Amino acid sequence: MSRRHPVAIFGLALALMLIAGGARAERLIASVSNHRVTVTPNYAGGELVLFGAVERDGATPANRGPYDIVVTISGPKTTMVTWRKQRVFGIWVNAEQRQFLDVPSYLAVFANRPFSAIAPSEVLRRQQLGIDNVILTQRVAEDYADVVADDPFRRAFVRLREQQGLYREQTNAVTFLTANLFRTGIPLPGAVPIGTFTVNIKLLSGGALVASTDTAFEIVKVGVEQFVAETAHHDPLVYGLVTAMMALLSGWFASVVFRKD
Amino acid sequence: MQIYLPIADLPVNVLLILAMGIAVGFVSGMFGIGGGFLMTPLLIFVGISPGVAVASVASHIAASSFSGALTYWRRRAIDPALAAVLLVGGVVGTALGVGLFTLLRSLGHLDLTIGLSYVVLLSSVGGLMLWESVRAILRSRRGGSRPLRRPGSHRWIHGLPLKMRFKRSKIYLSVIPVLAIGLIIGFVGAVMGIGGGFLLVPMLIYLLRVPTSTVIGTSMVLTLVTMTSATILHAVTNHLVDALLALILMIGGTTGAQFGARAGQRLSGEGLRLLLGLLILAVGIRFAVELVIRPDDLFVIRDIGAGT
Repeated sequence: MSRRHPVAIFGLALALMLIAGGARAERLIASVSNHRVTVTPNYAGGELVLFGAVERDGATPANRGPYDIVVTISGPKTTMVTWRKQRVFGIWVNAEQRQFLDVPSYLAVFANRPFSAIAPSEVLRRQQLGIDNVILTQRVAEDYADVVADDPFRRAFVRLREQQGLYREQTNAVTFLTANLFRTGIPLPGAVPIGTFTVNIKLLSGGALVASTDTAFEIVKVGVEQFVAETAHHDPLVYGLVTAMMALLSGWFASVVFRKD
Repeated sequence: MQIYLPIADLPVNVLLILAMGIAVGFVSGMFGIGGGFLMTPLLIFVGISPGVAVASVASHIAASSFSGALTYWRRRAIDPALAAVLLVGGVVGTALGVGLFTLLRSLGHLDLTIGLSYVVLLSSVGGLMLWESVRAILRSRRGGSRPLRRPGSHRWIHGLPLKMRFKRSKIYLSVIPVLAIGLIIGFVGAVMGIGGGFLLVPMLIYLLRVPTSTVIGTSMVLTLVTMTSATILHAVTNHLVDALLALILMIGGTTGAQFGARAGQRLSGEGLRLLLGLLILAVGIRFAVELVIRPDDLFVIRDIGAGT
């Protein structure tokens, strides 16, 4: 017993050194091709490019295995309601609803290989890697909770967002150009929400998190349509009056142009 | 040519919307109706959400009824006193309608209610018109003289208190039924995005015995005011009025109406009624089918904005 004690201390110290060294051993540097994207109303979608490099230094263990990269891009937070239709007296009505509170309006998760190969499921869940592991808080009546990934409402919500191109997950989107240099595209759909998007990049190796960094970009909408939309929400009365005036003017104009008598 | 509708939050083809405006304008000019009951469904069928369709069509109808009302005003075919009383009811009805609209929207039943109201209203009105005109056509084929229809003798309406004289229409009756009719039209119009002319004109003729010389002009004034206030109220409470969509509809609608009016003069009264009846019925059935068949997706999501 007394002989094993120093060994245990030595082992612990070694492990601590490895963890501390590991955390400092690699540095993750990343940047998106454009930090401010202006979107016009007829924007048909586009793509940003994210480049990143893994910097190793002397402290990096020589036998460090291949790197894995998981990039999570999340758009401005919003609250959404998901309705489930049910047949009532022969017609389909919105019967049940769940609120998803402060969930990302845009969510994309990219990796260089399937999540199951990158890390054990416990690590994936703790680090929120993959859409199934991102917390989407639901309100069910008075309770707030994140539910299991195969909850029907959660599944439907993710599926509908995927159909709109706003949620996506691709496990072959990150490519390593060299052993330490990687890139991935960030596709933006035409209906991309406006606001600040955060990009979180996690570097994993051998199933454990090695380093993590964040960057961001901003989507700004410009044009007459955006002005109209903003006015409608910020000055609804002015907007309503102007629309009504426009209606009366065009009615008057038509009666003058097509006057018969 | 794609254009992005800011409130509907949807890119659409301008030419398609313009063509729809012209087509509905043509029909409305031909039959002398506002055309809201055709425009709103068409917009819903191209993918614009029912709420936005109802709210935006309101401003489109305001435009077309204003141009009509101006024409009738010049011909002195509007009864200002009757219009004023109808308006009082109409504005109250519109406010109630927008209130219900907002409530249903927060409960998630707005789309369903709009769909159901269209099914009920359009199938009954369309069916009745079809039945009436088929009978009239058959009668004239047989060569029998058409029985002269006397306007319904609704004694009880004429026995109500608070009587008032409407000079230009040369009628003397209680303000209660006039207010009630205004209220109903305003309410239905705000919820369904229709001017209600096709309901209002028969009501005025058969229930209040308003002469044909003033009935259309006066009903247009009511439509104008209810739809203008509906536009403003929908904009303030629900932010659902799409001004860009409305503008395209106005341009198409007012142009189409001119050609429709000319085409309408060449058709017989019964033929016109038969066609209109068929059209209304078809739209009603289309809505019914939509409600009854199993939707492709049982789930829908709606963004209710940041925070709670």
